[in-house]
Amino acid sequence: MKLKEIAHSRTGDKGEISNISLIAYDRKDYDILKEKVTCEKVKDYFREICKGEVVRYELEELGALNFVLDKTLGGGVTRSLALDKHGKSLGMALLEMEI
Amino acid sequence: MKTIRIGSGAGYAGDRIEPAVELMEKGNLDYIIFECLAERTIALGQKEKQRDGTKGYNPLLEYRMQHILPLVKEKRIKVVTNMGAANVKAAADKTMEIAKSLGIDGIKIAYVTGDDLGKNLEAFSDHDVLETGCKLKDMGVNIISANAYMGAEGIMEALRNHADVIITGRVSDPALVIGPLAYEFGWDMEKDLDRMGQAVLAGHLLECAGQVTGGYYADPGYKEVPDLERLGYPLAEIDESGTFIITKVEGSGGLVTTDTCKEQMIYEIHNPEEYYTPDAIADFSKVTFTQVGKDRVEAEHAVSKGKPGQLKVSIGYEDCYIGEGEISYGGSNCLERAKLAEEVVRKRLEITSAVLEEYRCDYIGYNSLYRDAISERLCDGNRSEIRLRISGRTKDEWNATLIANEVEALYTNGPAGGGGVVKRVEQVVSVCSIFISREDVTASVDYLEIP
Repeated sequence: MKLKEIAHSRTGDKGEISNISLIAYDRKDYDILKEKVTCEKVKDYFREICKGEVVRYELEELGALNFVLDKTLGGGVTRSLALDKHGKSLGMALLEMEI
Repeated sequence: MKTIRIGSGAGYAGDRIEPAVELMEKGNLDYIIFECLAERTIALGQKEKQRDGTKGYNPLLEYRMQHILPLVKEKRIKVVTNMGAANVKAAADKTMEIAKSLGIDGIKIAYVTGDDLGKNLEAFSDHDVLETGCKLKDMGVNIISANAYMGAEGIMEALRNHADVIITGRVSDPALVIGPLAYEFGWDMEKDLDRMGQAVLAGHLLECAGQVTGGYYADPGYKEVPDLERLGYPLAEIDESGTFIITKVEGSGGLVTTDTCKEQMIYEIHNPEEYYTPDAIADFSKVTFTQVGKDRVEAEHAVSKGKPGQLKVSIGYEDCYIGEGEISYGGSNCLERAKLAEEVVRKRLEITSAVLEEYRCDYIGYNSLYRDAISERLCDGNRSEIRLRISGRTKDEWNATLIANEVEALYTNGPAGGGGVVKRVEQVVSVCSIFISREDVTASVDYLEIP
């Protein structure tokens, strides 16, 4: 199963940091997200893009995780050579992760 | 119980005007905010101001004011906006001029300054730059602008003096909402921590306008959103306990659900327990959303941990150049021809001794967003077209131009069947940050009035 079957996501940025949310459609699937989508797994998944640390924040009430990926936006949104300088499309890639 | 209704009329500099007008006409609003400053906007505005001293504010200010000033007068709605950007006074003067031309009287325009530290930056030369770790004086760059993220104090002062339209430069985005709330309800930023947390949350949910009402949300088959082309912008109904409801005008497009609110709450906050704004360090970790009606979501349980002692200063500087070019290839062998084209450009840049700080090649339609590993897994292997994009960062314009031109030269010198070349060379303005004591920043408020 892909994450997109049980969760949705939105991606934001600050400087060189990407902020990717992962929100369970159904609160009961939150525990699956917590168990399956670890920092290590996200870091490995985005290994060609994320050159820094991945931190995960848990929002129990909302049934959501928030991943903060350092050194992910090619030197910062202003000077990155990437087409998607803000990394706005990264959340959709995360939803393609098989769990 | 007293309730204040605050609408959000813009979530970025170039946002649509119709949803703002719709909110003002039908939303029974007390306030409307227009959030129009991205990280780099002021630096770019400062460059514009250097060319023309009457410019440097939001380019859509005139267009927006033409539409909204008659409604400010008719509906007695107060406007709070950061459209002043790098030239707050000129924005206020222009707004005054438009009010006069529309025959509007009995209107008071306030403009809030104090964020611009450009002239006093020497005082902070020993401060560490967040992004590079070096001291500001050692950055060795041409600094264009320096603006502190101010809180809501200036906005509150303007409201105490009965301003109808309040124009600021750099303030935190949520401050546009915190100001009206703290003023209306008399909240103390240091003592009313529950209410201040809710104020930050309301500001954060409203600041991107359509992003909480179904914009940036639709995913066919997964998340359906009705009538995106008529997307309604949000309004918050906030009571004096701080509890509020996010909703939109009946009949507008989009939707407000607990899911749209969750996506927007988590957007760009990093640590939910410590979301820093000049007016409050907000803790959103216990926030709950409840669907209390169609397109009505109640938000509760955000708190503040008090005001931070320091303010962020965003510094714009002339950084580097980027040169880029794109060309498309079609047919079943398209990727092979695009790869050959890339090889040609790379070798040409060596032959012409182009000096690059960084080089990047993307195959749009294949790996430009997610690079190779993720893209390979998602792709079924069949491609009918590929767009090659080559970009490079350089110290000067000449070397950036070499990159763009070599992509263009693929027309007559590259593989067969390339088409649709686009090339671009631009100077990059970047931003970096320092943190300074909040005592070093003082908001000043001035007024223009038509009696």
